[in-house]
Amino acid sequence: MSDAWLVVGIVGAGTIALKSAGPLLLGGRELPLRVMGVLALLAPSLLAALIVTNTLGGDRAIELDARAAGLAAACVALLLRAPLLVVVAVAAAVAAGVRALGLA
Amino acid sequence: MAVAAEPEPGTMAEGARAAAPLAVAVGVFGLTFGVLARDALGATAAVVFSATTFAGSAQFAAVSLLGTGGVAGAIVAALLLNARYLPIGVSVAPSLPRPLWRRLLAAQLCVDESWAIAHRGGGRYDARVLIGAGTVLYLAWLVGTGLGLAGGELIGDPEDLGLDAAFPALFLALVVGQVHDRRGAVAAVLGGLVALALIPFVPAGVPIIAASVVCLIGLRPVRA
Repeated sequence: MSDAWLVVGIVGAGTIALKSAGPLLLGGRELPLRVMGVLALLAPSLLAALIVTNTLGGDRAIELDARAAGLAAACVALLLRAPLLVVVAVAAAVAAGVRALGLA
Repeated sequence: MAVAAEPEPGTMAEGARAAAPLAVAVGVFGLTFGVLARDALGATAAVVFSATTFAGSAQFAAVSLLGTGGVAGAIVAALLLNARYLPIGVSVAPSLPRPLWRRLLAAQLCVDESWAIAHRGGGRYDARVLIGAGTVLYLAWLVGTGLGLAGGELIGDPEDLGLDAAFPALFLALVVGQVHDRRGAVAAVLGGLVALALIPFVPAGVPIIAASVVCLIGLRPVRA
C-alpha cells in the first residue's frame, strides 16, 4: 500500500470513528445539566482556538502576516453587520492585497 | 418522555439555507485542497480522503506533511486536528435521530460549520438543521475537491487569493453567533489564549484540543 493510501485510510477511518463514538456510546440519552453546561462552552472555546491557530499559527511559531490583516478586515465587516459571505470575501481580498503589495 | 421548553424545531431546508454562504467558501476550500493534493495523493485517494474525512484543516495538514516525507506525522497531525470531533460528537449525541444507522450517518455530517449552525443554545442541537447544513457542505466539499483535481493548473497559488485568511474570518463570524452570554465570551477568550500560548511548543492540532479544556468552566458559575 502506498503512503498516500495509508494516510487516507487511517485518517478516514479514524475520523469516522471519532465522529461515531459519542452517538454510538451515548445512545439517545439526555446528558446531565452540568454536562450540558460544559458542552455549551465547547463551541466558543474551540472556534476561538481555530481562529487563533488559522491566523497566527506557523511551524511551531507565532507568525504575524497577511492573514492577520485579513482577520482585522473581517472584524470591521462584522461590526458593520455585513453578511457572512462578504465577511469571508473581505478577509481574503485584504490578505491577497497585503501580499500583492509585499507588505507581509 | 416529556421535554420542557423545547425551542421551535428546525428543518433540513433551514439548515441548507444557513449553510449556503458557507458552502461557497467550503467549495473554494475544497477546490484548493484538490489543487494541492493532486501531486501528493493522486486523484482517487484525494477524492476518497474528502469523502471519508470531510475536514479541511486535517486534510491539508496530512497533505503538507506527506510532502515532507513523514507518513506517521501526517496521520497523527490529521487525527489530532480531528480529535475535536470526539467532544463534538458527544455534544450532538442526545439530539440525533433514531435508529442507530441514522444516528451514525447524521454524525458524519457533523463538521465545525454544520455543528455551529445547528446549535440552538445551551448545548442543544437541531438534528434536521444539522443534516441539511451538513449535506450542503459535504456536497460542496466533494464538488470543490473534484474541480480542484480536474482544473488544478488553472488556479494560481491559493495564498495569492488570500484563501488562507478566509477561514479564520469564517470561524470569527461563527463564534460571534455562538456567544450568547458572559460565560460564552469568557470561554472564547480563554480558548483563544490557550491556543495562542501553545502554538510555539506543540504540534499543530494540539492547541485546538487543549483549548477545549476551557469548557470545563461550565461546571461552576464564573467568578470575577
